[in-house]
Amino acid sequence: MLKFTVRRVLWLLLVLFAVAFITFSLMHLVPGGPWDREKELAPQIVENLNRKYGLDKPFFLQFGHYLWSAARGDLGVSYSYQDRGVTQILLEGLPKTATLGLAAFLLAIFIGIPLGMAAALRQNTPVDYVSVFFSMVFASIPGFVLGILLMILLSVVLHLLPTGGWGSIKQVIMPAFALAALPAAYMARITRAGMLDVMRQDYIRTARSKGLAERIVLVRHILRNALIPVMTVAGPQLAYLITGSFIIESIFSIPGIGRLFVQGVFARDYGLIMGTILFYAAAVAVFNLVVDILYAVVDPRIRYD
Amino acid sequence: MAVAVEVARPHHTLWGDAFIRLRRNRLAVAGTVIILVIALGALLVPFISPYDFAKQNYDAISLGPSWAHPLGTDELGRDVFARLLYGARTSLAVGIFTQAIVLVIGLPIGAFSASVGGRVDNLVMRFVDVMYAFPDILLIILLRAIFGGSIFMIFLAIGLVAWVDVSRLVRGQILSLKQRDFVTAARAMGATGRYVTLRHLLPNSMGPIIVAVTFGVPRAIFAEAALSYIGIGVKPPTPSWGTMISDGYNQIFAAPHLVAFPALAIGILMLAFTFLGDGLRDALDPRLRR
Repeated sequence: MLKFTVRRVLWLLLVLFAVAFITFSLMHLVPGGPWDREKELAPQIVENLNRKYGLDKPFFLQFGHYLWSAARGDLGVSYSYQDRGVTQILLEGLPKTATLGLAAFLLAIFIGIPLGMAAALRQNTPVDYVSVFFSMVFASIPGFVLGILLMILLSVVLHLLPTGGWGSIKQVIMPAFALAALPAAYMARITRAGMLDVMRQDYIRTARSKGLAERIVLVRHILRNALIPVMTVAGPQLAYLITGSFIIESIFSIPGIGRLFVQGVFARDYGLIMGTILFYAAAVAVFNLVVDILYAVVDPRIRYD
Repeated sequence: MAVAVEVARPHHTLWGDAFIRLRRNRLAVAGTVIILVIALGALLVPFISPYDFAKQNYDAISLGPSWAHPLGTDELGRDVFARLLYGARTSLAVGIFTQAIVLVIGLPIGAFSASVGGRVDNLVMRFVDVMYAFPDILLIILLRAIFGGSIFMIFLAIGLVAWVDVSRLVRGQILSLKQRDFVTAARAMGATGRYVTLRHLLPNSMGPIIVAVTFGVPRAIFAEAALSYIGIGVKPPTPSWGTMISDGYNQIFAAPHLVAFPALAIGILMLAFTFLGDGLRDALDPRLRR
Protein backbone atom coordinates (compact mmCIF):
# COMPACT_ATOMS: atom_id res chain seq x y z
CA MET A 1 0.00 0.00 0.00
CA LEU A 2 2.76 2.42 0.96
CA LYS A 3 4.77 1.37 -2.05
CA PHE A 4 1.76 1.92 -4.27
CA THR A 5 1.14 5.38 -2.81
CA VAL A 6 4.76 6.45 -3.23
CA ARG A 7 4.85 5.21 -6.81
CA ARG A 8 1.63 7.00 -7.64
CA VAL A 9 2.80 10.26 -6.07
CA LEU A 10 6.03 10.14 -8.08
CA TRP A 11 4.11 9.42 -11.27
CA LEU A 12 1.75 12.30 -10.44
CA LEU A 13 4.68 14.69 -10.13
CA LEU A 14 6.04 13.49 -13.46
CA VAL A 15 2.66 14.01 -15.16
CA LEU A 16 2.37 17.51 -13.73
CA PHE A 17 5.87 18.27 -14.97
CA ALA A 18 4.87 17.12 -18.45
CA VAL A 19 1.64 19.13 -18.33
CA ALA A 20 3.58 22.22 -17.25
CA PHE A 21 6.16 21.74 -19.98
CA ILE A 22 3.57 21.27 -22.75
CA THR A 23 1.51 24.23 -21.62
CA PHE A 24 4.59 26.40 -21.25
CA SER A 25 5.76 25.53 -24.76
CA LEU A 26 2.31 26.05 -26.25
CA MET A 27 1.98 29.45 -24.66
CA HIS A 28 5.19 30.60 -26.19
CA LEU A 29 3.74 29.67 -29.57
CA VAL A 30 0.72 31.94 -29.10
CA PRO A 31 1.00 34.70 -31.68
CA GLY A 32 1.20 38.13 -30.09
CA GLY A 33 2.43 38.84 -26.62
CA PRO A 34 1.04 40.17 -23.37
CA TRP A 35 2.03 43.71 -24.40
CA ASP A 36 -0.27 43.90 -27.42
CA ARG A 37 -2.39 47.01 -27.03
CA GLU A 38 -4.70 49.03 -29.23
CA LYS A 39 -1.98 51.62 -29.31
CA GLU A 40 1.37 50.02 -29.93
CA LEU A 41 3.92 50.36 -27.14
CA ALA A 42 7.34 51.78 -27.92
CA PRO A 43 9.92 49.02 -28.59
CA GLN A 44 12.02 50.24 -25.67
CA ILE A 45 9.06 49.84 -23.29
CA VAL A 46 8.35 46.32 -24.57
CA GLU A 47 12.00 45.45 -24.10
CA ASN A 48 11.98 46.79 -20.56
CA LEU A 49 8.79 44.93 -19.72
CA ASN A 50 10.24 41.72 -21.15
CA ARG A 51 13.33 42.19 -19.05
CA LYS A 52 11.30 42.93 -15.93
CA TYR A 53 9.32 39.70 -16.28
CA GLY A 54 12.26 37.64 -17.48
CA LEU A 55 10.75 37.11 -20.94
CA ASP A 56 14.07 37.97 -22.58
CA LYS A 57 15.78 34.92 -21.05
CA PRO A 58 16.19 31.63 -22.94
CA PHE A 59 13.14 29.34 -22.97
CA PHE A 60 14.49 26.63 -20.71
CA LEU A 61 15.74 29.12 -18.16
CA GLN A 62 12.28 30.67 -18.02
CA PHE A 63 10.69 27.26 -17.64
CA GLY A 64 13.12 26.19 -14.93
CA HIS A 65 12.55 29.37 -13.03
CA TYR A 66 8.78 28.91 -13.30
CA LEU A 67 8.91 25.34 -12.01
CA TRP A 68 11.13 26.29 -9.10
CA SER A 69 8.68 28.98 -7.95
CA ALA A 70 5.64 26.81 -8.64
CA ALA A 71 7.06 24.11 -6.39
CA ARG A 72 7.11 26.68 -3.60
CA GLY A 73 3.50 27.72 -4.27
CA ASP A 74 4.23 30.82 -6.33
CA LEU A 75 2.62 30.49 -9.74
CA GLY A 76 4.23 33.65 -11.02
CA VAL A 77 2.87 37.01 -12.06
CA SER A 78 -0.21 37.86 -14.03
CA TYR A 79 0.36 40.45 -16.71
CA SER A 80 -3.21 41.71 -16.67
CA TYR A 81 -3.62 41.99 -12.90
CA GLN A 82 -0.54 43.92 -11.92
CA ASP A 83 -1.37 44.07 -8.24
CA ARG A 84 -1.72 40.35 -7.48
CA GLY A 85 0.18 37.17 -8.26
CA VAL A 86 -1.44 34.23 -10.07
CA THR A 87 -1.58 32.17 -6.87
CA GLN A 88 -3.50 34.93 -5.15
CA ILE A 89 -5.90 35.39 -8.07
CA LEU A 90 -6.63 31.66 -8.16
CA LEU A 91 -7.13 31.55 -4.41
CA GLU A 92 -9.66 34.37 -4.70
CA GLY A 93 -11.62 32.50 -7.38
CA LEU A 94 -11.33 29.11 -5.73
CA PRO A 95 -13.88 29.53 -2.89
CA LYS A 96 -16.60 30.47 -5.39
CA THR A 97 -15.80 27.68 -7.81
CA ALA A 98 -15.42 25.16 -4.99
CA THR A 99 -18.63 26.16 -3.22
CA LEU A 100 -20.55 25.81 -6.46
CA GLY A 101 -18.88 22.51 -7.22
CA LEU A 102 -19.54 21.09 -3.78
CA ALA A 103 -23.19 22.14 -3.93
CA ALA A 104 -23.50 20.48 -7.33
CA PHE A 105 -21.77 17.35 -6.04
CA LEU A 106 -24.13 17.01 -3.08
CA LEU A 107 -27.11 17.55 -5.39
CA ALA A 108 -25.78 14.90 -7.76
CA ILE A 109 -25.44 12.39 -4.91
CA PHE A 110 -28.81 13.10 -3.36
CA ILE A 111 -30.61 12.99 -6.70
CA GLY A 112 -28.58 10.38 -8.59
CA ILE A 113 -28.24 7.61 -6.03
CA PRO A 114 -31.91 7.48 -4.89
CA LEU A 115 -32.99 7.67 -8.53
CA GLY A 116 -30.79 4.71 -9.41
CA MET A 117 -31.96 2.79 -6.34
CA ALA A 118 -35.61 3.36 -7.15
CA ALA A 119 -35.03 2.18 -10.70
CA ALA A 120 -33.26 -1.00 -9.57
CA LEU A 121 -35.80 -1.87 -6.88
CA ARG A 122 -38.65 -1.39 -9.32
CA GLN A 123 -36.94 -2.86 -12.36
CA ASN A 124 -39.05 -2.96 -15.54
CA THR A 125 -41.79 -0.75 -14.13
CA PRO A 126 -42.63 2.82 -15.15
CA VAL A 127 -40.42 4.09 -12.28
CA ASP A 128 -37.46 2.33 -13.87
CA TYR A 129 -38.23 3.56 -17.38
CA VAL A 130 -38.64 7.18 -16.27
CA SER A 131 -35.40 7.05 -14.28
CA VAL A 132 -33.43 5.47 -17.12
CA PHE A 133 -34.85 7.94 -19.63
CA PHE A 134 -33.99 10.96 -17.51
CA SER A 135 -30.49 9.77 -16.81
CA MET A 136 -29.99 9.22 -20.52
CA VAL A 137 -31.22 12.71 -21.41
CA PHE A 138 -29.22 14.49 -18.72
CA ALA A 139 -26.11 12.50 -19.50
CA SER A 140 -26.14 13.80 -23.06
CA ILE A 141 -27.29 17.41 -22.71
CA PRO A 142 -24.46 19.74 -21.71
CA GLY A 143 -24.83 21.70 -18.48
CA PHE A 144 -24.84 25.03 -20.17
CA VAL A 145 -27.85 24.20 -22.33
CA LEU A 146 -29.68 23.10 -19.20
CA GLY A 147 -28.49 26.24 -17.41
CA ILE A 148 -29.87 28.49 -20.13
CA LEU A 149 -33.20 26.70 -20.25
CA LEU A 150 -33.45 26.88 -16.44
CA MET A 151 -32.62 30.57 -16.60
CA ILE A 152 -35.35 31.24 -19.14
CA LEU A 153 -37.89 29.32 -17.07
CA LEU A 154 -37.00 30.45 -13.56
CA SER A 155 -35.64 33.96 -14.15
CA VAL A 156 -37.27 35.27 -17.30
CA VAL A 157 -40.70 33.66 -17.15
CA LEU A 158 -41.30 33.04 -13.45
CA HIS A 159 -39.03 35.77 -11.96
CA LEU A 160 -38.06 33.42 -9.13
CA LEU A 161 -34.25 33.56 -9.24
CA PRO A 162 -31.63 36.09 -10.33
CA THR A 163 -29.87 35.33 -13.63
CA GLY A 164 -26.42 35.38 -12.14
CA GLY A 165 -23.86 36.92 -9.87
CA TRP A 166 -22.45 35.64 -6.64
CA GLY A 167 -23.17 36.18 -2.95
CA SER A 168 -26.54 34.73 -2.05
CA ILE A 169 -27.97 31.22 -1.89
CA LYS A 170 -30.49 32.10 -4.60
CA GLN A 171 -27.63 32.72 -7.02
CA VAL A 172 -26.17 29.27 -6.42
CA ILE A 173 -29.32 27.23 -7.08
CA MET A 174 -29.49 27.33 -10.88
CA PRO A 175 -25.79 26.93 -11.67
CA ALA A 176 -25.56 24.11 -9.13
CA PHE A 177 -28.45 22.22 -10.73
CA ALA A 178 -27.04 22.83 -14.21
CA LEU A 179 -23.67 21.45 -13.10
CA ALA A 180 -25.20 18.57 -11.15
CA ALA A 181 -27.35 17.16 -13.96
CA LEU A 182 -24.61 15.20 -15.71
CA PRO A 183 -22.98 13.59 -12.65
CA ALA A 184 -26.43 12.86 -11.20
CA ALA A 185 -27.34 11.02 -14.39
CA TYR A 186 -24.09 9.04 -14.27
CA MET A 187 -24.55 8.12 -10.64
CA ALA A 188 -28.13 7.02 -11.25
CA ARG A 189 -26.99 4.75 -14.09
CA ILE A 190 -24.16 3.23 -12.12
CA THR A 191 -26.20 2.81 -8.93
CA ARG A 192 -28.90 1.03 -10.91
CA ALA A 193 -26.43 -1.28 -12.65
CA GLY A 194 -24.55 -1.96 -9.41
CA MET A 195 -27.70 -2.77 -7.46
CA LEU A 196 -29.08 -5.05 -10.15
CA ASP A 197 -25.79 -6.89 -10.13
CA VAL A 198 -25.60 -7.25 -6.36
CA MET A 199 -29.26 -8.19 -5.97
CA ARG A 200 -28.65 -11.31 -8.06
CA GLN A 201 -25.81 -12.55 -5.84
CA ASP A 202 -26.13 -15.64 -3.69
CA TYR A 203 -25.31 -13.87 -0.46
CA ILE A 204 -28.38 -11.69 -0.86
CA ARG A 205 -30.55 -14.78 -1.13
CA THR A 206 -28.77 -16.15 1.93
CA ALA A 207 -29.41 -12.94 3.85
CA ARG A 208 -33.10 -13.10 3.01
CA SER A 209 -33.39 -16.80 3.77
CA LYS A 210 -31.95 -16.38 7.24
CA GLY A 211 -34.90 -14.10 7.93
CA LEU A 212 -33.33 -10.65 7.89
CA ALA A 213 -35.70 -7.74 7.53
CA GLU A 214 -35.83 -6.42 3.98
CA ARG A 215 -34.61 -3.02 5.17
CA ILE A 216 -31.47 -4.55 6.69
CA VAL A 217 -30.78 -6.62 3.57
CA LEU A 218 -31.08 -3.47 1.52
CA VAL A 219 -28.91 -1.21 3.65
CA ARG A 220 -26.30 -3.65 4.92
CA HIS A 221 -25.94 -6.09 2.09
CA ILE A 222 -27.10 -4.53 -1.12
CA LEU A 223 -26.25 -0.83 -0.76
CA ARG A 224 -22.84 -1.28 0.84
CA ASN A 225 -21.70 -3.37 -2.08
CA ALA A 226 -23.57 -1.63 -4.85
CA LEU A 227 -22.17 1.79 -3.95
CA ILE A 228 -18.51 0.83 -4.42
CA PRO A 229 -18.56 1.39 -8.18
CA VAL A 230 -20.43 4.65 -7.55
CA MET A 231 -17.47 5.80 -5.49
CA THR A 232 -15.08 5.29 -8.39
CA VAL A 233 -17.05 7.73 -10.53
CA ALA A 234 -17.79 10.08 -7.66
CA GLY A 235 -14.11 10.86 -7.07
CA PRO A 236 -13.21 12.20 -10.49
CA GLN A 237 -16.61 13.88 -10.70
CA LEU A 238 -15.93 15.72 -7.45
CA ALA A 239 -12.60 16.87 -8.82
CA TYR A 240 -14.16 18.17 -12.02
CA LEU A 241 -17.00 19.86 -10.18
CA ILE A 242 -14.83 21.57 -7.60
CA THR A 243 -12.44 22.84 -10.22
CA GLY A 244 -15.54 24.03 -11.97
CA SER A 245 -17.09 24.45 -15.31
CA PHE A 246 -15.87 27.64 -16.92
CA ILE A 247 -18.85 27.88 -19.22
CA ILE A 248 -21.40 27.64 -16.41
CA GLU A 249 -19.41 30.30 -14.57
CA SER A 250 -19.51 32.51 -17.66
CA ILE A 251 -23.25 32.10 -18.16
CA PHE A 252 -24.13 32.82 -14.55
CA SER A 253 -21.47 35.55 -14.17
CA ILE A 254 -19.72 33.79 -11.29
CA PRO A 255 -16.24 35.24 -10.67
CA GLY A 256 -14.64 31.80 -10.27
CA ILE A 257 -11.49 30.21 -11.67
CA GLY A 258 -13.05 29.24 -14.98
CA ARG A 259 -13.87 32.81 -15.85
CA LEU A 260 -10.35 33.90 -14.94
CA PHE A 261 -8.98 31.44 -17.47
CA VAL A 262 -11.16 32.80 -20.26
CA GLN A 263 -10.03 36.34 -19.44
CA GLY A 264 -6.45 35.12 -19.35
CA VAL A 265 -6.71 33.68 -22.87
CA PHE A 266 -8.04 36.95 -24.23
CA ALA A 267 -5.38 39.04 -22.51
CA ARG A 268 -2.61 36.58 -23.55
CA ASP A 269 -1.87 36.44 -19.87
CA TYR A 270 0.67 33.58 -19.91
CA GLY A 271 0.96 33.45 -16.16
CA LEU A 272 -2.74 33.13 -15.57
CA ILE A 273 -3.29 30.51 -18.31
CA MET A 274 -0.40 28.43 -17.10
CA GLY A 275 -1.45 28.68 -13.48
CA THR A 276 -5.05 27.70 -14.18
CA ILE A 277 -4.19 24.65 -16.29
CA LEU A 278 -1.62 23.43 -13.78
CA PHE A 279 -4.02 24.00 -10.94
CA TYR A 280 -6.83 22.05 -12.66
CA ALA A 281 -4.52 19.19 -13.62
CA ALA A 282 -3.06 18.97 -10.12
CA ALA A 283 -6.46 19.08 -8.43
CA VAL A 284 -7.89 16.33 -10.65
CA ALA A 285 -4.80 14.14 -10.27
CA VAL A 286 -4.71 14.49 -6.48
CA PHE A 287 -8.43 13.73 -6.16
CA ASN A 288 -8.06 10.62 -8.28
CA LEU A 289 -5.16 9.44 -6.17
CA VAL A 290 -7.10 9.97 -2.95
CA VAL A 291 -10.07 8.05 -4.38
CA ASP A 292 -7.84 5.15 -5.42
CA ILE A 293 -6.47 4.91 -1.90
CA LEU A 294 -9.89 5.25 -0.27
CA TYR A 295 -11.13 2.58 -2.62
CA ALA A 296 -8.73 0.05 -1.15
CA VAL A 297 -9.80 1.06 2.35
CA VAL A 298 -13.50 0.54 1.57
CA ASP A 299 -13.15 -2.63 -0.46
CA PRO A 300 -10.71 -5.02 1.23
CA ARG A 301 -10.60 -7.21 -1.89
CA ILE A 302 -8.62 -4.52 -3.67
CA ARG A 303 -4.88 -4.65 -3.13
CA TYR A 304 -2.41 -2.62 -5.06
CA ASP A 305 0.90 -4.41 -5.08
CA MET B 1 -31.67 -36.52 -58.74
CA ALA B 2 -30.51 -34.31 -55.95
CA VAL B 3 -32.79 -31.41 -55.13
CA ALA B 4 -31.19 -28.27 -53.77
CA VAL B 5 -32.45 -27.74 -50.28
CA GLU B 6 -33.67 -24.26 -49.60
CA VAL B 7 -31.79 -22.83 -46.63
CA ALA B 8 -34.33 -21.43 -44.23
CA ARG B 9 -32.51 -18.37 -43.01
CA PRO B 10 -31.10 -15.88 -45.50
CA HIS B 11 -27.42 -15.19 -45.11
CA HIS B 12 -26.54 -12.07 -43.14
CA THR B 13 -23.14 -10.50 -42.93
CA LEU B 14 -21.87 -9.27 -39.57
CA TRP B 15 -22.78 -5.72 -40.54
CA GLY B 16 -26.14 -6.76 -41.93
CA ASP B 17 -26.96 -8.38 -38.62
CA ALA B 18 -25.91 -5.28 -36.72
CA PHE B 19 -28.07 -3.15 -39.00
CA ILE B 20 -31.11 -5.30 -38.28
CA ARG B 21 -30.52 -5.00 -34.55
CA LEU B 22 -30.05 -1.25 -34.89
CA ARG B 23 -33.34 -0.92 -36.76
CA ARG B 24 -35.18 -2.61 -33.90
CA ASN B 25 -33.87 -0.05 -31.39
CA ARG B 26 -36.48 2.70 -31.32
CA LEU B 27 -34.30 5.36 -29.66
CA ALA B 28 -31.49 4.75 -32.13
CA VAL B 29 -33.91 5.06 -35.05
CA ALA B 30 -35.31 8.27 -33.55
CA GLY B 31 -31.78 9.64 -33.15
CA THR B 32 -30.90 8.76 -36.74
CA VAL B 33 -34.06 10.39 -38.07
CA ILE B 34 -33.38 13.57 -36.08
CA ILE B 35 -29.80 13.73 -37.36
CA LEU B 36 -30.94 13.16 -40.96
CA VAL B 37 -33.66 15.81 -40.69
CA ILE B 38 -31.21 18.36 -39.29
CA ALA B 39 -28.58 17.43 -41.89
CA LEU B 40 -31.10 17.72 -44.73
CA GLY B 41 -32.31 21.04 -43.35
CA ALA B 42 -28.74 22.28 -43.17
CA LEU B 43 -28.03 21.20 -46.76
CA LEU B 44 -31.27 22.44 -48.26
CA VAL B 45 -31.75 25.62 -46.24
CA PRO B 46 -31.47 27.92 -49.29
CA PHE B 47 -34.55 26.15 -50.68
CA ILE B 48 -36.40 25.94 -47.36
CA SER B 49 -36.04 29.47 -46.08
CA PRO B 50 -36.23 32.64 -48.18
CA TYR B 51 -33.89 34.37 -45.74
CA ASP B 52 -30.14 34.67 -45.76
CA PHE B 53 -28.10 34.12 -42.60
CA ALA B 54 -26.32 37.47 -42.82
CA LYS B 55 -28.99 39.74 -44.32
CA GLN B 56 -29.96 42.36 -41.74
CA ASN B 57 -33.43 43.90 -41.62
CA TYR B 58 -33.77 46.83 -39.28
CA ASP B 59 -37.56 46.83 -39.68
CA ALA B 60 -37.81 43.48 -37.95
CA ILE B 61 -35.55 43.51 -34.91
CA SER B 62 -35.83 40.92 -32.11
CA LEU B 63 -39.34 39.85 -33.12
CA GLY B 64 -40.95 36.82 -31.56
CA PRO B 65 -42.03 33.83 -33.66
CA SER B 66 -44.55 34.68 -36.41
CA TRP B 67 -45.70 33.30 -39.78
CA ALA B 68 -43.08 35.30 -41.64
CA HIS B 69 -40.32 34.29 -39.23
CA PRO B 70 -41.21 30.92 -37.67
CA LEU B 71 -38.61 31.26 -34.90
CA GLY B 72 -38.49 35.07 -34.79
CA THR B 73 -35.66 37.45 -35.69
CA ASP B 74 -32.52 38.45 -33.84
CA GLU B 75 -31.14 41.79 -32.69
CA LEU B 76 -30.07 42.66 -36.26
CA GLY B 77 -33.33 41.54 -37.83
CA ARG B 78 -31.94 38.25 -39.17
CA ASP B 79 -34.24 35.24 -39.40
CA VAL B 80 -33.52 32.85 -36.51
CA PHE B 81 -34.82 29.75 -38.30
CA ALA B 82 -32.51 30.29 -41.27
CA ARG B 83 -29.59 31.04 -38.96
CA LEU B 84 -30.29 27.89 -36.95
CA LEU B 85 -30.15 25.76 -40.09
CA TYR B 86 -26.98 27.47 -41.33
CA GLY B 87 -25.60 27.03 -37.80
CA ALA B 88 -26.37 23.31 -38.10
CA ARG B 89 -23.89 23.26 -41.00
CA THR B 90 -21.21 24.55 -38.62
CA SER B 91 -22.11 22.05 -35.88
CA LEU B 92 -22.30 19.06 -38.21
CA ALA B 93 -19.10 20.05 -39.99
CA VAL B 94 -17.33 20.30 -36.63
CA GLY B 95 -18.72 16.93 -35.57
CA ILE B 96 -17.64 15.17 -38.75
CA PHE B 97 -14.28 16.79 -39.43
CA THR B 98 -12.99 16.61 -35.86
CA GLN B 99 -13.80 12.91 -35.79
CA ALA B 100 -11.95 12.51 -39.09
CA ILE B 101 -8.92 14.15 -37.48
CA VAL B 102 -9.36 11.99 -34.39
CA LEU B 103 -9.29 8.88 -36.59
CA VAL B 104 -6.32 10.06 -38.63
CA ILE B 105 -4.28 10.65 -35.48
CA GLY B 106 -5.74 8.14 -33.02
CA LEU B 107 -6.02 5.05 -35.23
CA PRO B 108 -2.40 4.83 -36.40
CA ILE B 109 -0.98 5.75 -33.00
CA GLY B 110 -3.09 3.18 -31.18
CA ALA B 111 -2.47 0.49 -33.80
CA PHE B 112 1.24 1.22 -33.95
CA SER B 113 1.58 1.24 -30.17
CA ALA B 114 -0.19 -2.10 -29.76
CA SER B 115 1.54 -3.82 -32.68
CA VAL B 116 5.04 -2.77 -31.70
CA GLY B 117 4.50 -3.27 -27.99
CA GLY B 118 7.25 -3.17 -25.41
CA ARG B 119 8.99 0.06 -24.55
CA VAL B 120 7.50 2.08 -27.42
CA ASP B 121 4.01 1.06 -26.38
CA ASN B 122 4.74 2.02 -22.81
CA LEU B 123 6.07 5.42 -23.84
CA VAL B 124 3.11 6.18 -26.09
CA MET B 125 0.63 5.22 -23.40
CA ARG B 126 2.40 7.37 -20.80
CA PHE B 127 2.03 10.28 -23.22
CA VAL B 128 -1.66 9.47 -23.55
CA ASP B 129 -1.90 9.54 -19.75
CA VAL B 130 -0.38 13.01 -19.74
CA MET B 131 -2.92 14.13 -22.34
CA TYR B 132 -5.68 12.81 -20.08
CA ALA B 133 -4.33 14.90 -17.22
CA PHE B 134 -5.10 18.09 -19.14
CA PRO B 135 -8.47 19.71 -18.54
CA ASP B 136 -9.61 19.13 -22.13
CA ILE B 137 -11.81 22.14 -22.80
CA LEU B 138 -9.10 24.46 -21.43
CA LEU B 139 -6.51 22.85 -23.70
CA ILE B 140 -8.85 23.28 -26.67
CA ILE B 141 -9.24 26.97 -25.82
CA LEU B 142 -5.48 27.39 -25.54
CA LEU B 143 -4.86 25.61 -28.88
CA ARG B 144 -7.56 27.70 -30.49
CA ALA B 145 -5.85 30.86 -29.23
CA ILE B 146 -2.56 29.63 -30.69
CA PHE B 147 -3.90 28.58 -34.09
CA GLY B 148 -6.28 31.46 -34.69
CA GLY B 149 -7.60 31.63 -38.22
CA SER B 150 -10.34 29.74 -39.97
CA ILE B 151 -12.91 27.16 -38.95
CA PHE B 152 -10.48 24.38 -39.94
CA MET B 153 -8.26 25.46 -37.09
CA ILE B 154 -11.19 24.84 -34.75
CA PHE B 155 -11.48 21.28 -36.08
CA LEU B 156 -7.77 20.85 -35.55
CA ALA B 157 -7.80 22.24 -32.00
CA ILE B 158 -10.61 19.89 -30.96
CA GLY B 159 -9.18 16.92 -32.85
CA LEU B 160 -5.73 17.34 -31.34
CA VAL B 161 -7.24 16.97 -27.89
CA ALA B 162 -9.85 14.29 -28.60
CA TRP B 163 -7.71 11.64 -30.35
CA VAL B 164 -6.47 10.07 -27.12
CA ASP B 165 -9.72 8.18 -26.48
CA VAL B 166 -9.63 6.46 -29.86
CA SER B 167 -5.93 5.63 -29.66
CA ARG B 168 -6.37 4.00 -26.27
CA LEU B 169 -9.42 2.10 -27.51
CA VAL B 170 -7.69 0.84 -30.66
CA ARG B 171 -4.68 -0.25 -28.65
CA GLY B 172 -6.83 -2.17 -26.18
CA GLN B 173 -8.79 -3.86 -28.96
CA ILE B 174 -5.69 -4.89 -30.86
CA LEU B 175 -3.92 -6.19 -27.77
CA SER B 176 -6.87 -8.43 -26.95
CA LEU B 177 -7.41 -9.55 -30.56
CA LYS B 178 -3.73 -10.44 -30.87
CA GLN B 179 -4.27 -13.26 -28.37
CA ARG B 180 -7.02 -14.86 -30.44
CA ASP B 181 -6.55 -18.07 -32.38
CA PHE B 182 -7.33 -16.67 -35.81
CA VAL B 183 -4.40 -14.27 -35.50
CA THR B 184 -2.08 -17.12 -34.51
CA ALA B 185 -3.43 -19.04 -37.53
CA ALA B 186 -2.72 -16.13 -39.85
CA ARG B 187 0.80 -15.83 -38.43
CA ALA B 188 1.31 -19.57 -38.84
CA MET B 189 0.39 -19.24 -42.51
CA GLY B 190 3.16 -16.72 -42.86
CA ALA B 191 1.31 -13.42 -42.71
CA THR B 192 3.53 -10.45 -41.93
CA GLY B 193 2.86 -8.17 -38.96
CA ARG B 194 1.69 -5.37 -41.24
CA TYR B 195 -0.70 -7.69 -43.07
CA VAL B 196 -2.15 -9.04 -39.82
CA THR B 197 -2.67 -5.53 -38.46
CA LEU B 198 -4.31 -4.16 -41.58
CA ARG B 199 -6.26 -7.26 -42.58
CA HIS B 200 -7.28 -8.83 -39.27
CA LEU B 201 -6.70 -6.61 -36.28
CA LEU B 202 -8.03 -3.26 -37.50
CA PRO B 203 -11.17 -4.54 -39.28
CA ASN B 204 -12.11 -6.55 -36.21
CA SER B 205 -11.83 -3.52 -33.94
CA MET B 206 -14.04 -1.43 -36.22
CA GLY B 207 -17.20 -1.88 -34.10
CA PRO B 208 -16.01 -0.20 -30.89
CA ILE B 209 -14.24 2.49 -32.94
CA ILE B 210 -17.44 3.40 -34.75
CA VAL B 211 -19.22 3.65 -31.42
CA ALA B 212 -16.48 5.84 -29.94
CA VAL B 213 -16.55 8.14 -32.96
CA THR B 214 -20.33 8.46 -32.73
CA PHE B 215 -20.02 9.49 -29.08
CA GLY B 216 -17.20 11.84 -30.02
CA VAL B 217 -19.42 13.85 -32.36
CA PRO B 218 -21.66 15.42 -29.70
CA ARG B 219 -18.60 16.25 -27.60
CA ALA B 220 -17.02 18.07 -30.53
CA ILE B 221 -20.28 19.90 -31.20
CA PHE B 222 -20.32 20.98 -27.58
CA ALA B 223 -16.69 22.11 -27.71
CA GLU B 224 -17.36 24.27 -30.78
CA ALA B 225 -20.46 25.78 -29.16
CA ALA B 226 -18.41 26.57 -26.05
CA LEU B 227 -15.61 28.18 -28.10
CA SER B 228 -18.11 30.25 -30.07
CA TYR B 229 -19.96 31.16 -26.90
CA ILE B 230 -16.89 32.74 -25.34
CA GLY B 231 -16.10 34.45 -28.63
CA ILE B 232 -13.17 32.50 -30.08
CA GLY B 233 -15.15 30.15 -32.33
CA VAL B 234 -16.29 30.74 -35.89
CA LYS B 235 -16.12 34.31 -37.10
CA PRO B 236 -19.33 36.28 -37.66
CA PRO B 237 -21.45 36.47 -39.70
CA THR B 238 -21.09 32.65 -40.10
CA PRO B 239 -23.79 31.39 -37.76
CA SER B 240 -22.93 29.00 -34.98
CA TRP B 241 -25.31 27.93 -32.25
CA GLY B 242 -22.78 28.95 -29.62
CA THR B 243 -22.43 32.44 -31.09
CA MET B 244 -26.20 32.77 -31.34
CA ILE B 245 -26.52 31.98 -27.64
CA SER B 246 -23.88 34.48 -26.60
CA ASP B 247 -25.37 37.19 -28.88
CA GLY B 248 -28.89 36.60 -27.65
CA TYR B 249 -27.81 36.35 -24.03
CA ASN B 250 -27.71 40.15 -23.62
CA GLN B 251 -31.42 40.37 -24.20
CA ILE B 252 -32.56 37.21 -22.51
CA PHE B 253 -35.39 39.12 -20.81
CA ALA B 254 -36.57 41.04 -23.89
CA ALA B 255 -36.25 38.18 -26.38
CA PRO B 256 -35.72 34.82 -24.65
CA HIS B 257 -36.35 32.97 -27.93
CA LEU B 258 -32.94 34.13 -29.23
CA VAL B 259 -31.24 32.01 -26.59
CA ALA B 260 -33.81 29.25 -26.17
CA PHE B 261 -33.86 27.98 -29.78
CA PRO B 262 -30.12 27.54 -30.30
CA ALA B 263 -29.79 26.00 -26.81
CA LEU B 264 -32.56 23.53 -27.64
CA ALA B 265 -30.95 22.80 -31.00
CA ILE B 266 -27.62 21.92 -29.35
CA GLY B 267 -29.40 19.75 -26.79
CA ILE B 268 -31.48 17.90 -29.39
CA LEU B 269 -28.59 17.25 -31.78
CA MET B 270 -26.32 16.00 -28.99
CA LEU B 271 -29.10 13.79 -27.64
CA ALA B 272 -29.72 12.35 -31.11
CA PHE B 273 -26.06 11.39 -31.50
CA THR B 274 -26.04 9.82 -28.04
CA PHE B 275 -29.14 7.74 -28.87
CA LEU B 276 -27.49 6.60 -32.09
CA GLY B 277 -24.25 5.81 -30.25
CA ASP B 278 -26.08 3.76 -27.60
CA GLY B 279 -27.94 1.89 -30.33
CA LEU B 280 -24.76 1.20 -32.30
CA ARG B 281 -23.02 -0.10 -29.20
CA ASP B 282 -25.84 -2.56 -28.52
CA ALA B 283 -26.11 -3.54 -32.18
CA LEU B 284 -22.40 -4.09 -32.78
CA ASP B 285 -21.75 -5.98 -29.58
CA PRO B 286 -24.85 -7.94 -28.60
CA ARG B 287 -23.00 -9.54 -25.68
CA LEU B 288 -22.94 -6.18 -23.96
CA ARG B 289 -26.72 -6.00 -23.82
CA ARG B 290 -28.12 -5.75 -20.37
